[in-house]
Amino acid sequence: MRHLSYIAGWMVKALAVVLAITILNFFLIRMAPGDPAIVLAGEAGAADEQFLEQVRSDFGLDRPLPIQLAAYVGNVLTLDLGQSYRAQRPVVDMLFERLPATLLLTGSAYLFALLLGPLLGALAATRPRTIFDSLLMVVALFFYATPIFWVGLLLILVFSVQLGWLPPFGMQSMIPVSGAWNQTLDVLRHLILPALTLGLFYIAVYVRLTRASMLETSSLDYVKTARAKGLPEWRVATAHVLRTALLPIITFAGLQAGHLVGGAVVVETVFAWPGIGRLAFDALFQRDYNLLLGVFLLSALMVVFFNMITDILVRLADPRIGSA
Amino acid sequence: MGQDTTSTPLVSIEGLRISLPLGSDRVMAVDGIDLSVKPGKILCIVGESGSGKSMTAHAIMGLVPKPLKVEGAIHFDGHNLADIAPSVHRGIRGSRIGMVFQEPMAALNPVMKVGKQIEEVFRFHNIPGPYDDRIVALLDSMGLPEPELLRHAYPFRLSGGQRQRVMIAMALALDPALLIADEPTTALDVTTQKQILNLLKTAQHERQMSIMLITHDFGVVAEIGDEVAVMQEGRIVERGAVKDVLHDPQHPYTQTLLAAVPDLSPRPAADAEPAPLLSAANVSKTYRTRSGWFTPGREVHAVQNVSLQLGRGETVGVVGESGSGKSTFARIVVRLLTADEGDVRLDGVDANLLDLDTRQLAPLRKRVQMVFQDPFASLNPRRTVFEIVAQGLRAHGVGRREARRRVEELLDLVALDPSAADRYPNAFSGGQRQRIGIARALALEPDVIVADEPVSALDVSIQARVLDLFADIQKRLGIGLLFITHDLRVAAQICDRVIVMRKGEVVEAGTSAQVLFDPQHEYTRLLIDSIPGRGQMPKKHGPATAAAEAMERTRE
Repeated sequence: MRHLSYIAGWMVKALAVVLAITILNFFLIRMAPGDPAIVLAGEAGAADEQFLEQVRSDFGLDRPLPIQLAAYVGNVLTLDLGQSYRAQRPVVDMLFERLPATLLLTGSAYLFALLLGPLLGALAATRPRTIFDSLLMVVALFFYATPIFWVGLLLILVFSVQLGWLPPFGMQSMIPVSGAWNQTLDVLRHLILPALTLGLFYIAVYVRLTRASMLETSSLDYVKTARAKGLPEWRVATAHVLRTALLPIITFAGLQAGHLVGGAVVVETVFAWPGIGRLAFDALFQRDYNLLLGVFLLSALMVVFFNMITDILVRLADPRIGSA
Repeated sequence: MGQDTTSTPLVSIEGLRISLPLGSDRVMAVDGIDLSVKPGKILCIVGESGSGKSMTAHAIMGLVPKPLKVEGAIHFDGHNLADIAPSVHRGIRGSRIGMVFQEPMAALNPVMKVGKQIEEVFRFHNIPGPYDDRIVALLDSMGLPEPELLRHAYPFRLSGGQRQRVMIAMALALDPALLIADEPTTALDVTTQKQILNLLKTAQHERQMSIMLITHDFGVVAEIGDEVAVMQEGRIVERGAVKDVLHDPQHPYTQTLLAAVPDLSPRPAADAEPAPLLSAANVSKTYRTRSGWFTPGREVHAVQNVSLQLGRGETVGVVGESGSGKSTFARIVVRLLTADEGDVRLDGVDANLLDLDTRQLAPLRKRVQMVFQDPFASLNPRRTVFEIVAQGLRAHGVGRREARRRVEELLDLVALDPSAADRYPNAFSGGQRQRIGIARALALEPDVIVADEPVSALDVSIQARVLDLFADIQKRLGIGLLFITHDLRVAAQICDRVIVMRKGEVVEAGTSAQVLFDPQHEYTRLLIDSIPGRGQMPKKHGPATAAAEAMERTRE
């Protein structure tokens, strides 16, 4: 019951946030330097006053600002994000085309980090100040502190250039392979290096967070109570230490999930991965504002959505929250 | 001390030694102690923090932190618990020996329902289910309300006393032969303490088990113990039957500990009416939780119509249990909180303090200073003692050299070495830290000090010294002291007058002697009845005690 009413409340807030983002986006367009009509007219190769008027009325730019805003919000709500200036295609189509590639990459990296990170962190926490612990912490810090493009380039150098085991860029081979199975395998081979690059960056935080959180929890009184009850060590570690230690990790994982769409710009660029990040990068350099705004809106929606999921998960995991 | 050996002990400890980590203040936490717990008896171990009493209990449980070495023998059930396979020890924990800890707020897993936490005890000692009926019966026998519902509650839903009952239920689930209780009532209100001690006594009687109870308070020993062992710095300095030790303590340390227990002798009344200094009239504050989109708001009347007068050189106690609003009131007086209504006046200021804005208040702040409860949380760990104590002086424009001189004077006043100025708070014990907090409050030569539970985080023996310090400073400087406490014993010892609060309201007010020996309100009587060891503690004979006895006689 309290969860339901909470979720209902959240939905209302989330809608308000999305609306605010949309309006902000609208003003971002208007803040872009220059008059879009002049840009478009210039690109069309004609620049007389009459043509400009024509363009303005075609695009509704001559109407009052509130009406333009209403039209824009209406368009967004009906999933019409306009045309890409460069590609001359609907932005929505381009986003949906690129979304799977990005989700595949960031999703794999995310799962890799989320499964392995807390596990390694927990192992380190149960044997603090051993060689395993110190080594793991140093390695984790190394991958966290090193610029992500540099790790990517190093991996390419070692595994593609030196060893020749894995392809250095792209999502598929230049020469198409035949058969569904072979195609899947081909994509997977391309996926390993970029996903590893991103995953190594993500994982560091999970390792350190889990370790710190577990060490903090282990010294708490109720862990001593659990031992005093005669519970076996594994039960103490899982039901009493890890269970509460995971709370900050859930929060962090949820917030990070929100950035899965927009967070891979560098890796996608280094590995020429045909995803949203790469699209945003190109759109930025080509001043393709509609496309860029489309990417912004999509990222914002993801962040809002995963924030909500996170909040719900945390509330489910920690009964103390939201019931004061 | 002769040990009678009429029955074979349940636990016998021989030559137990536990090392401390390198760099500690001494080498051994427990330094060769011999001790035994007889079947069906309650043994109390008394000592100050760091005396090794908790470590001894942890050694019996096998919960001594790994790098520390345990030597010697702990005989129980035919095992030597100091040298036993961890898996065997685990089987004994929770089934043959149960344990209850000090802090019921922290000792239960916050994200597991209490019924589940009890169920774990059954399940992991291979007791066949179903457990539901047993859990309900167990909770019921602990005097918990609606056990059927309560077992589905998370710990944060329960009060401190209820949580401690759940802890005891958990420890007693499998009818252990020995219950170890490590300061089980130190964190509780005095009336709750009384209930929990009674519960322990009843459970001990019904189950014919033994209890090893660890405490720093001889009042608790007098209340519940059969035998007592006094520990100091890892050694047992005295042991014997509680009655003998209470009335005829042999070791000087035991005598010190006993003398430190406030003995319900009220401070003699002042000869003349003191000059008025601070007065509060009809102070009220209500907390409202903001109503959310889908949740209604709630109101809590934290302080309702509280009035009091404080004179120069006088100490007025505000006594109450948690939730009584005493701390809220204290914070209103120093304007750390704003009141909804009320009038607070300070001698020489022609205005209601509660109406002044921050700027008007600034020059008056130094006249009313505060000492806080938790000496560990109230000192900034990254500042030296000099910086902490001098902060107010510097803020009011005192030069560095002059501030240094004042700080050294102040440290001397609170009986700390002037060299303490250059050290950080972590170099000091709880009692010393509280002295630093008092020096800080005194730095600006205030007229009024508001002390919010300044001794309740301290051991009884340390507490006595800090209380002496307060009394001494007050005599020398003529400060008005508003003393907030949950402990009626402490209030009686230090206060001229006392007001008793419950649920935001004043239920009784009067001189310490009146409140203590002629209580009008039933709640005050309940508080007095709950004082541990009341009537069993030996009387100390001094002028104050004589006065109290005289007063008692006139009542009869």
